[in-house]
Amino acid sequence: MTPRSEQPTTRRPEQAILVGLAPPTRSTLAGSGSLPVETSDPKNHRRAERPRLASRRPRFHALAEAAIRVLAFSSIAAIILIFVFIGKEAWPLLHDSAIGKEVTLAKMWFAQQWPGYDAPEHVWQPVSEIPKYAVWPLVVGTLKVTLIAMLFAVPLGVGAALFVSQYAGRRLREIIKPTVELLAGVPSVVLGFFALMVMATWLQQALGLDSRLNALVAGVALSFAIIPVIFTVSEEAFGAVPRSYVEASTALGAARWQTIVRVVIPAAGPGVAAGIALGLGRAVGETMIVLMASGNAAILSVSPADSVRTVSATIAAELAEVVFGGAHYTVLFFLGVLLFGFTLATNLLGEFAIGRMRRRLGGMA
Amino acid sequence: MRGRSQRFGDVALSLGTGLAAVLVLLIVAVILGDVIYHGAPRMTLAFLTQAPREGMTAGGIFPAIFGTVALVVLMTLAVLPAGVATAIYLSEYANPSARLTRLVRVAVNNLAGVPSIVFGLFGLGFFVQFVGAGIDRAFYGGERVFGQPALVWAALTMAVLTLPVVIVATEEALAAVPRELRLASAALGASRLQTIVRVVLPQALPGILTGAILAISRGAGEVAPILFTGVAYYLPKLPTSLHDQFMQLGYHVYVLSTQSPDVDATRPILYATVLVLLLLTFALNATAVVVRSKMRRRFAGAAS
Repeated sequence: MTPRSEQPTTRRPEQAILVGLAPPTRSTLAGSGSLPVETSDPKNHRRAERPRLASRRPRFHALAEAAIRVLAFSSIAAIILIFVFIGKEAWPLLHDSAIGKEVTLAKMWFAQQWPGYDAPEHVWQPVSEIPKYAVWPLVVGTLKVTLIAMLFAVPLGVGAALFVSQYAGRRLREIIKPTVELLAGVPSVVLGFFALMVMATWLQQALGLDSRLNALVAGVALSFAIIPVIFTVSEEAFGAVPRSYVEASTALGAARWQTIVRVVIPAAGPGVAAGIALGLGRAVGETMIVLMASGNAAILSVSPADSVRTVSATIAAELAEVVFGGAHYTVLFFLGVLLFGFTLATNLLGEFAIGRMRRRLGGMA
Repeated sequence: MRGRSQRFGDVALSLGTGLAAVLVLLIVAVILGDVIYHGAPRMTLAFLTQAPREGMTAGGIFPAIFGTVALVVLMTLAVLPAGVATAIYLSEYANPSARLTRLVRVAVNNLAGVPSIVFGLFGLGFFVQFVGAGIDRAFYGGERVFGQPALVWAALTMAVLTLPVVIVATEEALAAVPRELRLASAALGASRLQTIVRVVLPQALPGILTGAILAISRGAGEVAPILFTGVAYYLPKLPTSLHDQFMQLGYHVYVLSTQSPDVDATRPILYATVLVLLLLTFALNATAVVVRSKMRRRFAGAAS
């Protein structure tokens, strides 16, 4: 969604420049769509037939424009409200003394000595006699699943994008691109279902794992959700590399693969990085897949064969049963702030990378 | 020597990337094949029109389809006017270099990347606990009517989730309308609003529709935002008012696959439900693709 509206607006001035610089042959004039005479002519006629409109302008107009403003400002308010509201609900964690008795930020991030345990440990057990809110098991679980997902999604997504933009013929491209769009349209609950009902059994039989639902199953299923993100952004980036680069490289005697590795990939690098960053954000925040396929055990371990519980799945599994405004509620909103902050960072990173690539290619082309 | 290593490099690179593409195709084929193979036999008219029976091991999924449609319709009623108006405001009225405008653009862009579960948090905290409870205090004397998870809150949560989709698509469609059309309209004495309503919006309509359909498809498939804002596992009655709870296809899939007491008995129903959900979202996405390509053709036609 992020590489967006600039395209049409930036393309048009370019065209105008091209038309202005190139010798004014018939073909360049006909090819540029933005000549005013041709496009606006039919509208002129329609407008000319109804001159009466002008007299009815003021009152109705003021009303309609006010309506546009009200709607626009309410949706802008909703957008800003989200940023504010999640933080507001997590805020008591920092200063509320009643909640502070049960949980503090320090208790969440440092190992605690709990009754019945031999050594200080990180435990996530919010619904027990002594609620324990250690976030490391959740954070490590999230990172583990995300890492596995990225290990699958990055080579597949970038590789397929490279294939489509460099090697595939038209017909293959017209098979692969819609198929990836199809995958992008699969609801994440369906991917979670597939991981839970089908893939978990296959992987368990193939690898002889102890627990059927584990970080590996969740990670692989999660990669299906982010392959389309990485593919789409990367493919756009490869496609945006100017033809002149490839032609120059070929003219210097480089083989196809040398051109791709030394010219196309470096030029499209920031765009591919943006795709990976966006995919990473999506992977960390994705909920239904991990909720269904990860086994949901908050164990602090690095083995991909263990069950895990992620930050997002924790919110999804526990929020329905918490007391409004209580410690658990506040902690879950704090987890929401963590997710929010992380995805915000990856998004901004992605946008920065795309902007950089635009500037770079724009400056050189 | 050099020639051979070059040929080897080309073969290796094309094979490697080709393999990635084939694997991606394979993933999609396996998922779809599995769902269609197991789901199709169970998908009958009765399945689509009946309510679940015997603890979800028999009957159909009509209440879940009904709930999904109700949710999506309400969501569309909320998100379309708000999103289109916001895009019109941003691209036609607001000063593009003003700090507020830039801030809103950044916020909209980033909202698109916010995890859907965070919208669920927002929906519960803001719509249910804040707005809903507020309505109850003001109009119902504190009785719990709106201050609990309900269809209207789920729809509004989903509307906020899909807001960036509509805003971005509309802004893109508005930006694609040639500037000359606006200038010509203004030169003929039309006001800004007349230009927008009579000239710009008709041109941008297919793009706006594409955005709307993509938003609907997203709204039909998402589950995380409605987990705490109104969806229910099983309801004997269809929702009749805005403050009722509702069943939904995606949540039905989630519940059937994770909380079924008898997995083998519910499996055929589960597969058929997944198939219905997939067909619904694919049909919506396909419509969006068709509308988009029509739009492209129209603009291409106008340019030549």
